[in-house]
Amino acid sequence: MNVKVLGTGCTNCVRLEALVREVAERGGLDVEVEKVTEIPDIMAYGVMSTPGLVIDGELKSAGRIPARHELLEWLSR
Amino acid sequence: MLHLGRNASRVSPREASARTLSKSRALSLGAAGLVVWFGLYSQLGPIAGWLTYSLLGLSPGSHLASSVDFFLTDVPKIFLLLGGIIPLVHVVRSYFPPERVKRVVAGKGEFVGTVLAALLGTVTPFCSCSAVPMFIGFVESGLPLGVTFGFLIASPVVNEVALVLLAGLFGWKIALLYVGLGLVVAVVGGVVIGRLHLESQVEEYVYQIKLGEQVGVRPALAQRVTEAATYTKDILRRVSLWVLGGIVFGAAIHGYAPTGFVAHYAGRGNPLAVPLVVIIAIPLYSNAAGTIPIVQALIQKGLPMGTTLAFMMAITAISTPEMIILRRVIKPKLIAVFIGVVTMAIILMGYVFNAVL
Repeated sequence: MNVKVLGTGCTNCVRLEALVREVAERGGLDVEVEKVTEIPDIMAYGVMSTPGLVIDGELKSAGRIPARHELLEWLSR
Repeated sequence: MLHLGRNASRVSPREASARTLSKSRALSLGAAGLVVWFGLYSQLGPIAGWLTYSLLGLSPGSHLASSVDFFLTDVPKIFLLLGGIIPLVHVVRSYFPPERVKRVVAGKGEFVGTVLAALLGTVTPFCSCSAVPMFIGFVESGLPLGVTFGFLIASPVVNEVALVLLAGLFGWKIALLYVGLGLVVAVVGGVVIGRLHLESQVEEYVYQIKLGEQVGVRPALAQRVTEAATYTKDILRRVSLWVLGGIVFGAAIHGYAPTGFVAHYAGRGNPLAVPLVVIIAIPLYSNAAGTIPIVQALIQKGLPMGTTLAFMMAITAISTPEMIILRRVIKPKLIAVFIGVVTMAIILMGYVFNAVL
């Protein structure tokens, strides 16, 4: 599973990335986390407010940090 | 335990204490919170008075007592207000993400578009890390530059922190006037900037970016509430130093600056007071939370309301860090125009306010 964290390096982007890694590790999930930091690449996903979260090419959230249970659900599919 | 209600029988204690609260428990916690909140809020004056005059034994009327009383009333008051209102606003605003604002405003014509953008700017979060993608998204979707600027001006000026603090310290009338005038400044600024046709002053790469069409999953209400709590904690942590600094400064003015001191230099008798305070305020970077306690003390010392609100608006509307961030998408000339137009609008607003109040 490919996960992209979209953000230019703000606190919440860093926090979201750490949370994704933690949830994946705890759930023993095979997840590849990638950071997208260039504005044109971020916006190509329709995101105007960071952090954004893309899972297997699909935008899941923008401008917020999802809860653990949301992340776990998305990552376990 | 009583409050766990019907769910208690089905949910194991471990699950019940999990992050998402059961509905009945959340409701009773909320109700209890409200009672405590209002109880505390209504007793702030007496508690501060008791602490100052009985516990610390300061003599009424002295400079020190006056400052201490002011400080002890204002600190808990402002934190109670912030802690109570920010989560509410955050839940409401989670329904107005910029991606949605853009769709609402698109194709509405310049004037209606600017008014709408300014209105939506008041409920949309403005965070420095999202300013650039927001700007690009607006421009990319074909919104006129004026509409985009209407949004950019309103977003930091009119926000829940300013509204709450003004309402708490000066009453709702002043708070709503501030909001109204902030919107006027945003619309006027947006329309003027739009008329100047400065599209060439936007960095070229902005026009080349393509915005995707995807929208994320809609979060549930419980999720929005949880995020609002986290957000509120963040904001309180971020603004607490500003607020404390502002209140200490305000308390010092309150206790020590002679009455009429401010009135003498920046009162109604001085026609240059409005532009002067606005120009002083522009490079200053503070948020509403830090500014308002100072402003409150200044008003008590005779600074006219219009001058005061202009000062506050200039601090929040234009700041050096915001300009540095915007420089990534617009050229220096447009930044200068932006600062100039907004400054003029705020000064004008200050004069009008002083004249009618």
